[in-house]
Amino acid sequence: MATKEQQQAYAEKIKPLQPKPPYFINCLKAFVVGGFICVIGEALQKFYMTYFNFTTENVGNPTSATLILIAALLTGIGVYDKIGQFAGAGSAVPVTGFANAVTSAALEHRSEGIVLGVATNLFKIAGAVIVFGAVAAYVFGMIRYAFKILL
Amino acid sequence: MKLLGRQTWQFAQDVFVNAAGTAVGPMESEGPLGALFDKRYSELHCNEKNWELAERRLMEDAIGSCLMKAKLKNEDINFFLAGDLLNQVVTANYVARQNQIPFLGVFGACSTSMESLAIGAALVDGGYAHRVIAACSSHNATAERQFRYPTEYGGQKPDSATFTVTGAGAALVSHQPSSVRVGAATIGKVIDLGIKNPFDMGSAMAPAAADTIATHLQATQTTPADYDLIVTGDLSGVGSPIVKMLLHEQGIDISKNHRDCGLMIYRPDQEVFAGGSGCGCSAVVTYGHLLKELIEGRLSRILVAATGALLNPTMMQQKESIPTIAHAVTLERVKGVST
Repeated sequence: MATKEQQQAYAEKIKPLQPKPPYFINCLKAFVVGGFICVIGEALQKFYMTYFNFTTENVGNPTSATLILIAALLTGIGVYDKIGQFAGAGSAVPVTGFANAVTSAALEHRSEGIVLGVATNLFKIAGAVIVFGAVAAYVFGMIRYAFKILL
Repeated sequence: MKLLGRQTWQFAQDVFVNAAGTAVGPMESEGPLGALFDKRYSELHCNEKNWELAERRLMEDAIGSCLMKAKLKNEDINFFLAGDLLNQVVTANYVARQNQIPFLGVFGACSTSMESLAIGAALVDGGYAHRVIAACSSHNATAERQFRYPTEYGGQKPDSATFTVTGAGAALVSHQPSSVRVGAATIGKVIDLGIKNPFDMGSAMAPAAADTIATHLQATQTTPADYDLIVTGDLSGVGSPIVKMLLHEQGIDISKNHRDCGLMIYRPDQEVFAGGSGCGCSAVVTYGHLLKELIEGRLSRILVAATGALLNPTMMQQKESIPTIAHAVTLERVKGVST
């Protein structure tokens, strides 16, 4: 078993031979694609508010539902993973990324059946988002409530 | 004595590779070696219902082609040594259930190709078998599921990642003379220099490859110049320069004749990140391409060091580093024997 020193020496030695992640280009791609998804979301909001009488309070629901549907379809036809490779966080952070995480897990585990395959594994990747989403919502809700009482 | 040094087997003059079979998926068929593979599928499912069945189909096809070329049946084979990347080596287990050849499951991650070939040759040489089939397989989608994320998940991978080869290779080893002999084999040690990034297996495996190659050369008292090619399994674009550097430090220069199966199987413009990986990678390149080069006389002696990252996702989450291994086998052209 290699010692800590040997491991560090090796890591140093191979550094010049390892590809450097193109951080700037990746950020730019993420910005453009993520922004584009938001533009679609904005357009959908306007569409639902103009033609279906939604208000600014509740237009978020049909908008995210539509984005989720589009992302799920793109996952099913094998396109979303390619967008993800290109855009990174740009396509992972919006609600479409969440939809992709759920749909891809469902597709992947279809071969093990509906209950133990699809249902059990549906939130394999997305589960963490729900857990931390719920915890964060609780914490910030409490903070907001405390401010409301104190001020 | 058939043991050279501590860990190298020198086989007698009469252990031969009689035939080999390969089967690959769509990306490998489109690669530069595509035309050399026996069975080529145009889609990843290989006409099966799920990915695991597809991988099984590939291994069965590879063995089928191998046996057909050797004009033998399952009953003529004493032992079947096989492995793959999935839990409990399921592909090999289920193929063995089907073919009913006495079976030894082998796991060495992506080094399984040469591990099974070396053990097979040792069994034949030791008189414990007349004919052995050594096989292994990998499938891009089953490996993604086993080690990474669902296939359609849109996560971004870095350029140092490798792309698991969809393919299987099988080789028949026996005393029956043929034009390719198994010369010697070195069984590798598990080496771990602390790399924890499963998307950079080239860097993790290069020290294992360097160790095994250096040990093999020393034990067999050969130099890189004695081999037409020194081939590593799946070090890819990242690990290949590292193994050359590590060996160069020990005064061994393989820069002229080193090749990597992970870089041979795909064209540079195919989207495979740093290159191919998986058991299937070294297996199909060795059995589909290099063996033919030996048979047809374009190569006369090669050293294949198949590299394996003994990766386990649970261990990665527990912040362990990646243990790696490499097994090397010398293949030599025998003059004056027609296959």
